[in-house]
Amino acid sequence: MADAVLTLRSLSFAYGARKALDDVSFTVPRGRVTVLLGPNGAGKSTLMTLIAGLLAPPLGTITVLGHDMARAPRRALAQTGIVFQQPTLDLDLTVAQNLRVFAALHGLGRRIAEPRIAEELARLEMAERAGDTVRTLNGGHRRRVEIARALLHRPTLLLLDEPTVGLDVPTRARLVDHVHALARDEGLAVLWTTHLIDEVDTAADQVVVLHRGRVRAAAPVAEILCATGAADLSAAFARLTDDGDEDAGGSGQGPPGRQAPPPALAVVRGAP
Amino acid sequence: MAAALIALRGIVVREILRFVHQRSRFLGALVRPLIWLLVFAAGFRAALGISITPPYQTYITYETYIVPGLVGMIQLFNGMQSSLSMVYDREMGSMRVLLTSPLPRWWLLSCKLLAGTVVSILQVYAFLLIARAFGIVTPEWGLLAVLPALVASGMMLGALGLLLSSLIRQLENFAGVMNFVVFPLFFCSSALYPLWKMRESSVLLYHVCSLNPFTHAVELIRHALYLQVNAPALGWTLLAAAVFMALAVVGYDPARALMRRKAEAG
Repeated sequence: MADAVLTLRSLSFAYGARKALDDVSFTVPRGRVTVLLGPNGAGKSTLMTLIAGLLAPPLGTITVLGHDMARAPRRALAQTGIVFQQPTLDLDLTVAQNLRVFAALHGLGRRIAEPRIAEELARLEMAERAGDTVRTLNGGHRRRVEIARALLHRPTLLLLDEPTVGLDVPTRARLVDHVHALARDEGLAVLWTTHLIDEVDTAADQVVVLHRGRVRAAAPVAEILCATGAADLSAAFARLTDDGDEDAGGSGQGPPGRQAPPPALAVVRGAP
Repeated sequence: MAAALIALRGIVVREILRFVHQRSRFLGALVRPLIWLLVFAAGFRAALGISITPPYQTYITYETYIVPGLVGMIQLFNGMQSSLSMVYDREMGSMRVLLTSPLPRWWLLSCKLLAGTVVSILQVYAFLLIARAFGIVTPEWGLLAVLPALVASGMMLGALGLLLSSLIRQLENFAGVMNFVVFPLFFCSSALYPLWKMRESSVLLYHVCSLNPFTHAVELIRHALYLQVNAPALGWTLLAAAVFMALAVVGYDPARALMRRKAEAG
């Protein structure tokens, strides 16, 4: 696809004998949010950690704007903004100090960094908190600071690994809106992992359903509904992640011959 | 090139800011050597006479003798503490932020080390000023001359800590590091007694002490405080720093650490 920013091709990864990802392929296009949907233990975090270059290179390829993560990790990372699942801010430093340290890690000098910090904080409605220590911020505000931080080096790809964990419902909704606005207005390619279906914008998002390390579907919501014959996304998700009783005996490793159910959905979204 | 230096400044500023906020750490860093200096050394003063030994030109009190050793102790503890914080960071995730910077990993780790060294030097100068207030006076220019020595010894001890942190899986094991690394390094060195004293007791221990890189760091600091360059000590300190650093960069593989943790968790 011409507008693909992140391309994953035939990724397989195992922790020792335990298989975490099996032949994962999909693309994350510019200008919209791709929601990586999967139950706990589906392999979402492993996938995010691989894209961040923090694990040994897997089988298959990860490319960000054509830069191969295995061969040119620094070029790929320069295009990638990451919000990790666990908090990564220095609690005793102020919001602005945290952002300055990050800007420095990306080689941005003060003259470039300061206006960008102001701009990103303003965009996430955090400008007036710049001088506060992170310890005094609530969870939702801390997340917003992490998102502002991930955008300082103007990445093309934004990764968010379960960013709404531990947030209350209104805060969660605002964060989802913020990130959708970023994708729409700035043309960012966003990959957002979650196990919560209500974080999907059914009209605009592409959804990748990951279950037991395998991609069960990768398409816009309408196509998924059409293919599964489900009335809404949560019914479709239930169908796609339902192993049924026939799989009960083979829990864990997953028999190699097993195909993803309904075969039509194993296809990544075709050309528009 | 410019990006690398900007990153270096950012990492150093972060460590200093964190240090400023951790007042208890600063107090701890000062109280430990001061107890040795003002209590232990006072008690030992009568028991242990130090004859003229380089770089000293005259007889000196025991307090004067152990000041460089205590400076080394500050840097030793700081080196271990910064690597402790790297184990902690690795688990808390801020190490992930560091390692997803598009700069070479060896450079990022070197910046971390230098940042830790800068913090240790701040502690050392605070200690030297307090020691002065208690009448243990070293030459004024020595305070300036000791700066490069402190950078070398701080980097060496930080690299040692980094190497250990790459080998340690959990925070709990750090108590073991204190027992099996910090105390042996400190006591098997010239920090508390000149090595010729040690030779009188045990030739084997004398040889162990002479090989200890911490001994060389302390002697480097001791001579620099008296405006002298101890070339062998400088050479050994730099060599040890280079070896520890090289091993640490190879050993500090976040991918492996993450893999191990996940494999254990699953």
